[in-house]
Amino acid sequence: MSDAGLLTLSLLIPLAGALLIGLTGRHPNLRESVTLATAVLLFATVVALLMRLNAGALPAVVLHEVMPGLSLALAVEPLGMMFGLIASGLWIVNSIYSIGYMRGNKEQHQTRFYICFAIAILAAVGVAFAANMFTLFIFYEVLTVSTYPLVIHKETPEAKASGRTYLGLLLGTSIGLQMVAIIWTWVATGTLDFTKGGILDGKIAAGVAPFLLALYMFGIGKAALMPFHRWLPAAMVAPTPVSALLHAVAVVKAGVFTVMKVAVYIFGVDFLARTGAATWLMWVAAFTLLTASLVALGKDNLKARLAYSTVSQLSYVTLGAALATSMGVIGGSMQIAMHAMGKITLFFCAGAIYTATHKTEISDMDGLGRAMPFTYGAFLIGALSIIGLPPMGGSWSKWYLILAAADTGHLIMIGVLMVSSLLNVAYLLPVVGRGFFAGSDAAPAHGAVPAAGAQVTTGSRLRRIKEAPLFCVIPPCLTAAGCVVLFFYADRLYRLLEPIAKP
Amino acid sequence: MIAYHLPILQIVVPLIAAPLSAFCRRAGMAWYLALIICAASFAISVALLVRVLDEGHISYLLGNWAAPWGIEYRIDAVNAFVLLIISGMGTMVLPYARVSIADEIEPHNQALFYTCYLLCFAGLLGMVITGDAFNAFVFMEISSLATYVLVALGAKRDRRALSAAFTYLVMGTIGATFFVIGIGLVYMVTGTLNMADLAARLQGLEQNRTALVAFAFIVTGIGLKLALFPMHLWLPNAYAFAPSAVTVFIAATATKAAVYLMLRFLFTVFGTDYNVLGLTLTYMFTPLALAAMFAASTVAIFQFEIKRMLAYSSVAQLGYTVLGISFASVTGLTATMIHLFNHALMKGALFMAVGAIVLRHGAATIDSVRGLGRTMPWTMAAFVAGGLSLIGVPLTVGFISKWYLVAASLESGRWPIAVLIVLSSLIGVIYIWRVIEAAYLEKPPEGRTAREAPLSMLIPTWGLVGANIYFGIDAELTSRVAGAAARLLLWVAP
Repeated sequence: MSDAGLLTLSLLIPLAGALLIGLTGRHPNLRESVTLATAVLLFATVVALLMRLNAGALPAVVLHEVMPGLSLALAVEPLGMMFGLIASGLWIVNSIYSIGYMRGNKEQHQTRFYICFAIAILAAVGVAFAANMFTLFIFYEVLTVSTYPLVIHKETPEAKASGRTYLGLLLGTSIGLQMVAIIWTWVATGTLDFTKGGILDGKIAAGVAPFLLALYMFGIGKAALMPFHRWLPAAMVAPTPVSALLHAVAVVKAGVFTVMKVAVYIFGVDFLARTGAATWLMWVAAFTLLTASLVALGKDNLKARLAYSTVSQLSYVTLGAALATSMGVIGGSMQIAMHAMGKITLFFCAGAIYTATHKTEISDMDGLGRAMPFTYGAFLIGALSIIGLPPMGGSWSKWYLILAAADTGHLIMIGVLMVSSLLNVAYLLPVVGRGFFAGSDAAPAHGAVPAAGAQVTTGSRLRRIKEAPLFCVIPPCLTAAGCVVLFFYADRLYRLLEPIAKP
Repeated sequence: MIAYHLPILQIVVPLIAAPLSAFCRRAGMAWYLALIICAASFAISVALLVRVLDEGHISYLLGNWAAPWGIEYRIDAVNAFVLLIISGMGTMVLPYARVSIADEIEPHNQALFYTCYLLCFAGLLGMVITGDAFNAFVFMEISSLATYVLVALGAKRDRRALSAAFTYLVMGTIGATFFVIGIGLVYMVTGTLNMADLAARLQGLEQNRTALVAFAFIVTGIGLKLALFPMHLWLPNAYAFAPSAVTVFIAATATKAAVYLMLRFLFTVFGTDYNVLGLTLTYMFTPLALAAMFAASTVAIFQFEIKRMLAYSSVAQLGYTVLGISFASVTGLTATMIHLFNHALMKGALFMAVGAIVLRHGAATIDSVRGLGRTMPWTMAAFVAGGLSLIGVPLTVGFISKWYLVAASLESGRWPIAVLIVLSSLIGVIYIWRVIEAAYLEKPPEGRTAREAPLSMLIPTWGLVGANIYFGIDAELTSRVAGAAARLLLWVAP
């Protein structure tokens, strides 16, 4: 198949999937098979595109011209390739997990859930392969609108209130700021194509560049830069598979991915470095990074803690972009992949704990680790990757970011990164610690395993294990393994990303 | 032969059909007649637009009286486009109107409804097609008088339609009187009524006081007709209490014709060289447009009746239209022209969906739409799509309008206005979302019978929704025509 055809296919597959899911809604098994088949096909398509890219081709296609000079167009480049691989690859794992979770918790409206999910993935792939800022913006908005029904899935008053925050902030920032920035760029340069080295150099005065950058950075609400981060904790009201794939991977990564794209292909790293337009951004990112970690420390609800952890970790990417050096771009881009793998693991575990015990607060989870060793094991690995300890993938992104900070002489940023890592330790590891060591063995605290509590106390060690359904346990183990694999095969990722960092 | 007389047929056909339909004894027959006539008018305006895009302007002399003395119909890209909007929407509304009108209007008045509808239709088209200032006033009166009756026909459902129609009558008459006073004054100065001739003779009269007063009267008069904030007070009630089909029709067309006249007088007759024009645009239109965008949108948030809410939103949207005018640049006028078209599509779709709710539930309020996401899924889905378009989500026509408007303000270097444009459009999210939340997330009241709207209403509604999306994805045609119109108005070579 031609390159262009393959690229178009990457959008058509999830679209067809969404339609088929709608048609097969009455037969849950068939419906879930469609989801899985779509996910596998999509991933295969993206891998095929990767092979074309590695072979030196740059697949591109113009789908449609909307207004004179503005077209819906797709093009593959390394950064988008990486995001596409992550989103489509993790969708497979997440679909398996969704089946376990949604059935385990007997959730309502499952057909709507799977349809919206497929559309959200479609939008994420569209963001990944967008050839210009206009196309990216359109898919960015599709992503916002398609995930709204997932956030309000439970239809409780709390969910509705959160849905308002979610939609209000994401639409508000994107239409209110980002769109203005995009039109400004268009008026100034006459193009919106992602071009290596940027398109703004020489087109706008160095003095206004920081303002345009601010419109972009705060306009990309999905990157959760403070003070526009509130939507992310609000989105945690959604079922956990949504939090896991969308609000730890697809949606938030679409945000920071856009940040990277804007920095690399609209402004150009050299232009940013020369004008110092991104210096302020570095400080805002550093502030978000530390503050969000501190807030996370105080959260007892596990998903809320993870959400704030995500806010903090996203700012690593923004920081990488703001440092405006090739190492920063590599480190920030790697962080997109590394954090995705780590955080989805943590969310999978949080969902597995909820499915097995219906507990959401960390203080209620004492001793659970002994009952759910696989889940907690995966959680530990994911947490270590987020903290950035070898041999987990997360260590590489931090490594390159610190190199970038040293490179540009912002030594204080090294300090920020180190303090943040310590804070990560402080809010993530106690969860594991409590799970394994707190509470007495004889009587799990607060009846950690309520259904089987009575017989567990007398049973053997093995019988005390009371894991969530298999479909909820295997995915976190897979992604936890992924964290380790990413450590050893980081060079592949580096080589994929290298071209964008070279001038 | 027929091709030559198309400009006059555009007006005469509906004008003659109007009294004919009054003779129809049954509403059904009148409806058929109106539908055929409107469809024919639509075909004519398509033919005219195609010809204008090919050949430049068409000049048609009534009774072959030479131009400055006789009445001239002069069609270029600007009014051909507006003719298309009016006749297109007029035709789209009719299939929808049949069931809705049968339900909302007394049986003995139904045939008369179609008479007034055709009169209003002919009047609006006449206002737009003519190249003669006084003729424009005559047609404005024809359409306005017909509209007052149409609004008052809503009295069966709600008696307040009568007082709404009366307010509209008073305000509309004041507007028309101002307009005709203005025309009288320019006639006094120049001795001509032909717009092209006026434009030529007003050259060099920048300091003439009579011309200045005429300018003020004309702008104020048309401003009242187009509901320029704060002269919009007639609009919300008229839209809210008129029969649903009438609301759709006048929301999509009446103010558009007034905006067209405004553009014509400002740019063609007085022209960009006219010294007070710049002042008027900067110190009157810009602040009033911004005030409309914010004040009317804010008021819309607090409305309980959805028709009223959308009516206030229309006032705000007219603010965008006027804002585009106030830039007096090619991009700005392109934004205005394209928004005329796009706003007709989005408000048409929204009011049609609301009309379907009125048909089934007697009223469309935040209360009565509760749970409709399940009982009227197609209607509500159309409302959501129209709402997204109104907000300006990409891939809908609303986005295209906003794009041009923001681009125009950035181009002119007035970036705070760009920020204000997007901020005000975000207010739209709030009022649209109130309805969507009520429809999808609340339980329907007990004992409600679940019934979707009839197909005859759903199909036109979805036709407009489809147009909202189609022209949002493929804006090539609309931006080309709107751009050509903008260049014509500003005397810029294409």
